[in-house]
This record gives sequence, structure tokens and C-alpha cells, in this order.
Amino acid sequence: MSDTTSYLLQSVRPYGEGEPVDVRLVDGRVAEIGAGLTVGDSTAYDGRGGVLLPGLVDLHTHLREPGREDAETVETGTLAAALGGFTAVHAMANTDPVADTAGVVEQVWRLGRDAGHCDVAPVGAVTIGLAGEQMAELGTMADSAARVRVFSDDGHCVSDASLMRRALEYVKAFDGVIAQHAQEPRLTVGAQMNEGINSSLLGLTGWPAVAEEAIIARDCLLAAHVQSRLHVCHVSTAGSVELIRWAKGKGWDVTAEVTPHHLLLTDDLAGSYDPVFKVNPPLRTKVDVEALREGLADGTIDCVATDHAPHALEDKEAEWGAAAFGMTGLETALAVVAQTMVEPGRLTWRQVAQRLSEAPARIGRLEEHGRPIAVGEPANLCLVDPDARWTVDPAQSASRSRNTPFAGHELPTRVVATFLRGRPTVLDGRPA
Amino acid sequence: MKRHLLSAADLTLEDATLVLDTATELAQLTERATVKKLPTLRGRTVVNLFFEDSTRTRTSFELAAKRLSADVINFSAKGSSVSKGETLKDTALTLEAMGSDAVVVRHSWSGAPVNLSRFIRGSVINAGDGTHEHPTQALLDAYTMRQRLGRVEGLRVTIVGDILHSRVARSNVLLLSTLGADVTLVAPPTLLPTGVDAWPCAVSYDLDAVLPKSDVVMMLRVQRERMGAAYFPSTREYSRRYGLDVRRAQALSDDAIVMHPGPMVRGMEIAAEVADGLRSTIVDQVANGVSVRMAVLYLLLGGAEPAIGSDDVDAGGLR
Repeated sequence: MSDTTSYLLQSVRPYGEGEPVDVRLVDGRVAEIGAGLTVGDSTAYDGRGGVLLPGLVDLHTHLREPGREDAETVETGTLAAALGGFTAVHAMANTDPVADTAGVVEQVWRLGRDAGHCDVAPVGAVTIGLAGEQMAELGTMADSAARVRVFSDDGHCVSDASLMRRALEYVKAFDGVIAQHAQEPRLTVGAQMNEGINSSLLGLTGWPAVAEEAIIARDCLLAAHVQSRLHVCHVSTAGSVELIRWAKGKGWDVTAEVTPHHLLLTDDLAGSYDPVFKVNPPLRTKVDVEALREGLADGTIDCVATDHAPHALEDKEAEWGAAAFGMTGLETALAVVAQTMVEPGRLTWRQVAQRLSEAPARIGRLEEHGRPIAVGEPANLCLVDPDARWTVDPAQSASRSRNTPFAGHELPTRVVATFLRGRPTVLDGRPA
Repeated sequence: MKRHLLSAADLTLEDATLVLDTATELAQLTERATVKKLPTLRGRTVVNLFFEDSTRTRTSFELAAKRLSADVINFSAKGSSVSKGETLKDTALTLEAMGSDAVVVRHSWSGAPVNLSRFIRGSVINAGDGTHEHPTQALLDAYTMRQRLGRVEGLRVTIVGDILHSRVARSNVLLLSTLGADVTLVAPPTLLPTGVDAWPCAVSYDLDAVLPKSDVVMMLRVQRERMGAAYFPSTREYSRRYGLDVRRAQALSDDAIVMHPGPMVRGMEIAAEVADGLRSTIVDQVANGVSVRMAVLYLLLGGAEPAIGSDDVDAGGLR
């Protein structure tokens, strides 16, 4: 690779629209867009007419560091992210120690900087130790070098209504948002999978849809009452989509995300008792999958977030009940969205850019991400081959973990290149 | 290739009938003989792998295997390396290395026998997994019905109690519907699973309405702990509404039988007089358990290829 700071992406189609153009990246910014640009001092890269998108932004990633470096590190997780087309990820707070202080969030943020594969925006815990009892020092985390804006006890629900109200109110001071893992704990004691026909036959304790929906309804009302921002993590049921549609209809500042796996997979897969399909919230039914796709298409659901949750082999190679919840997803997210939304004509590439880049960047208040592909804007980009097809092989993953539910699936589209501030992190589908 | 017995749903009508017929033959053979042992499984090794205590089921399988001359290893997870953090996989590989031909597994987690079947080459027989299934219990129940009433097809079978947490109920519903019985589940709504509407059976909350129309009443144990989790207000109220007491038993037709998979809570779901009465098949069920388990072991291990059961389970697929 030349040590030039300038790249010329030749023959790319921004948002998959119009005739191919060339895009020049200089000093971390988009410097020039046009047909037949001269190479000059730039390093040329042939985009072969691929789709150019703003670098993807994940609102929901588990990087596991500090604490479970056997499952993932910031280095391996962000490399997987870059290969998936991401230029920024939000690292969830359920590490060990928990990211509930400025010290921990700054450590994670710095590890991201050092790795250099994509920006890491740490998520701060809402409560100390994710215990749901005492508010963590949210303001100190917001003021730290990590500039935390998203706060979540993900994996745990802030179930105490009074505490949730206070947290929603408190973060208004620094334009923060509470990202709620909506799970009524008393309705989900020992829950293992979606409550329905399959759970009844499999003898696995059910996780009823109402346990998610009751919290979402309550939180929407609370957010409206205190006029704050609420973000609903990994929406998984048709009822949740309806509630969020209702809240948005009221004009309340509620946003929501859906995971790729909830857009594609159903709880029929639990019939294998293979814990690779064990996830929280659980895989639901066909009806829910359809409602989620509809919600993502009509904008009720603002964005796709991976909930990339790597786990060590021994934590997944166990009995269903003993196995850990979670699936990896950074490297397959865009392909699953392409399969479920783009190929059936439910989202254009421009809308994909909104839902996988612009909206999550806006919700997370990342100013340099999710920007338009235009001269002068930050050169955080991803280039997609829309005609590629590939078969998911867990062994090929850059993640340290192998718990992808898509193993063996043939998926459309492939991330060819990713640029972070004008510097390639991925070229030819491989780490640059 | 058929290898395992993981769920009663693995058994076709032909499979299930073959097990019951074989059990009948084996019972007759051993009854007539002064030496009750048959040489059929000589040189084969059957492992009883019990992660959960169950003296009666383990003993029943042990006796069944020994009567077929198999070598039997009892591997109790309690006090073994399992309690020191050894995984199901490690245990399976250890048993595999010891050369076991079949593993009879009891586990507190639903689906553990399915997981186990992915780690070993031998046959896996589910001896009860969590709140999922207990297929040999259903087979011995069907055997007992056939023994006492001459058939299973067309019988009106009422299963009463904690359906939600019962592996016996799940296996019985699946097997009995395969065999052509009409099954009705009776329980308070809190002890019926969400999704039960899709099961191949009827559901009622009213025991008194169902009893006169029953040929078989199967009472399930109700654990007192369920009361603490608010499934019902008190054992007394449960007993009043869903217990088979002397008065209720009188509503049964003359030929109707009363079954219980054990262990019973006398005075809770079943009155002592009913449990010990002439209708009761509770002791027969225990005896029949050995014959049925002999039949299952024989059919899975006795031939060059297993004669019943499920094929290999593919990771990630639906069974």
C-alpha cells in the first residue's frame, strides 16, 4: 500500500443510484465526486460499479473487553465490524468490570482508538453494576474523553419505573438517551425462548411477548411525561412495533432498533435445541418477523443494530438451558438486511444508508458518522458488491467467537471495502 | 439410520406398536422362565447417565438391561466430575471412549438428550429431560392401558395435573394420539402451557365434567413449590378442584382405570383409597416399565440396525 493519504474510488454508485462516478478521499474527507477523475497522486481502487454507502454504525455491540477477552476483544470485534462495513460501533456496558464509570468507558474508547478498525463509542451503564438500584455517574461518563451519549443496562431491564423515570430525566442535561432492554423481569423468570406453541412442546420456559411490550408501553409513557429521549433496543414482537408506531404518532421522541436475526429467523429453530439459536430477546414467530420487516420499511423502527454477542465455545456447546444467550452478527448484518429487505424491494440502498448509518449515528450523537456522501463530509464509507453471494462459514469470522446463527446460509451482497476517515480498514473484502 | 429414542414423536404407529408387542413377548418369556435372563444383549454396554436423581427410573432401566444380559454402568452425575464443571460434552466423550452402545439419560434440562446425541455414536434413550419428555413412561402407560383394557385406540384418556411442567404429559399426549386415543388434559389454566391449543388433544378446566367420560384417568404429581410461584392459591384448594378423591372416583365408569406415574403425593392429587383401590394400575405400571424398557433396548441394540426411533439429529434443523 502506498503511504498516500488520498484514495480514488473509481466507478462506484453512491446509494446504488445513477451512473457510476469516481470519489476522491483526501485527508479523511470526501474531496471530489465526479465521472472520470484523474488518478493523480491518489491510490486508485476499482469499485466495479458497487454500491457506496456511508460507513455503517452499530448502536448495539458487545465487545466483551474488559473481562471476557476469550470471547472477544476490542481488536477482534472492531475488525469484524470493519469487515461488515461498520465505521462505528457502540460497545455495550455489560463488561467485567461494568462500564459504569468514566475510567472504564475511557479504557474501552482508547482500546478502540488503538485498534483503529472502527470508532468505538462506549455505552455507559444506567445503574451501578447493572444492578438496577443506583444510578451510575452518567454525567461524568458523558463529560469523559469517551463522550458517552447512550446509556443502557442491556442484558438487564431498568425495571424500576421510578429509576427509569429519573434516568430519562437526568440524561436530558447532556442530550443523552436511555437505550432500554425491555424485559419485565418477573414475567421472564427462567425464560429460555419465545412463549408459544414451540416452547410448550419443547418444555422450555416461555418468554412472553407481553414481557417486552409492557415495558415498552410504560417507557414510552415515561419518556413522554418527562419529555426525554427513549431508545428501545432489539424490538422483537409485532406488539412492540405497534406500540412504537403509536408513540411516534403522538410525536414522542422514541426510537427503536431491530436485529438482523429477528428479521430472518423464527423460534422454530429452537426445535434443534442447538443453543446457537438461544438469544435474548428470543427468536419469535413468522408473524413477528413480518411485523418487524414492515416496521423497518415504514420507519417505525429507525435502525438495524446487530446485538453482536460473541460467546466462548464452551458457553454455547451446552444444554439449551445452561447455554449463554446471544449471537454474533457484525459480519452478516448488511447481508441479512439485503436478503430480507433490499432483495424483496422493501428498502432501497438509500434507505439502507438511513437505517444502518444515518439513524443510528443520529441516535448515538456521533457527529462524524452517518453523514451524506458529499464533498467536504468525513470519508467514513463502505463499498458493497450488490451481486455477490456467499455462504457463511463461522471459521472464517474475524470475531473471536463462532456463534453465528447463519452458518451455512447463503446470503446476498458482500462488503468489499470500508474506509475510516479516508483510510481503508477493509479492501477486497479483507482487512486492509 | 434410526438410533435414538428422544421424543415420543419419534415413534410412528408401527414403531410404537412394535415396542408394545415386543414388550408383551418379553414379559411372557421372562414370566415363564425360572431364569429371567435372556442372552440378547450379551457383550453390549448400556450406561445409565443420571444427572438428576430418580431411583425408580434408573432401577427400571438397569433391570431391563440386565435381563437382556447387557453390561450396565450407572453413572450418576451427583458427586462425579460433572459437579466440578465438566460439561455434558466431556461426559459424553468419556462414555464414548469407554465403548458404550447406549446411553440412558435423565437430565434436568429440556433437550439435553438431543444435545448428547450430537456428541456420541451410540444410541441415546431419553429417560426424562426437564419439562420436555419421558417417552418410555408414555410407552409403559400405553402398555398398561392395553393390558388392562385390551386396546389403546379409541380410549378416552384424561390426564390431570401440572401439565405445564410435566414431561410425562407431553410424551403421553404425543404417543397416545399416535396410537389413536382421545386425550383430554385437565388442569387449572395456570398449569397449562401457552400454546397447548396446538397439541393433539382436548383441554378442560373441569375435572367433574370429564371424569364420567373417561376410560383412563392419569393423575400427575403436583409439587408444593408451585404454590409459592402462585400457580394456585393453596394445596387444599388444588386438591378440592383437581384431586381424585373417593367421591370423584365414584363418578368413573365401572371399567375405568386410574394411573399415576409416581411419585405420588397422597392426599394432594390422589386419595390414598383411590391409589390403593382396584382401579389403580400404579403397581402394574412399575412392573410394566421393565418390560417396555427391555423392548426399547432390544429394538435399538438387538439387531444390526435399530428398529425404532429417530434418525440422527442435524444441528440447526428441525426434528
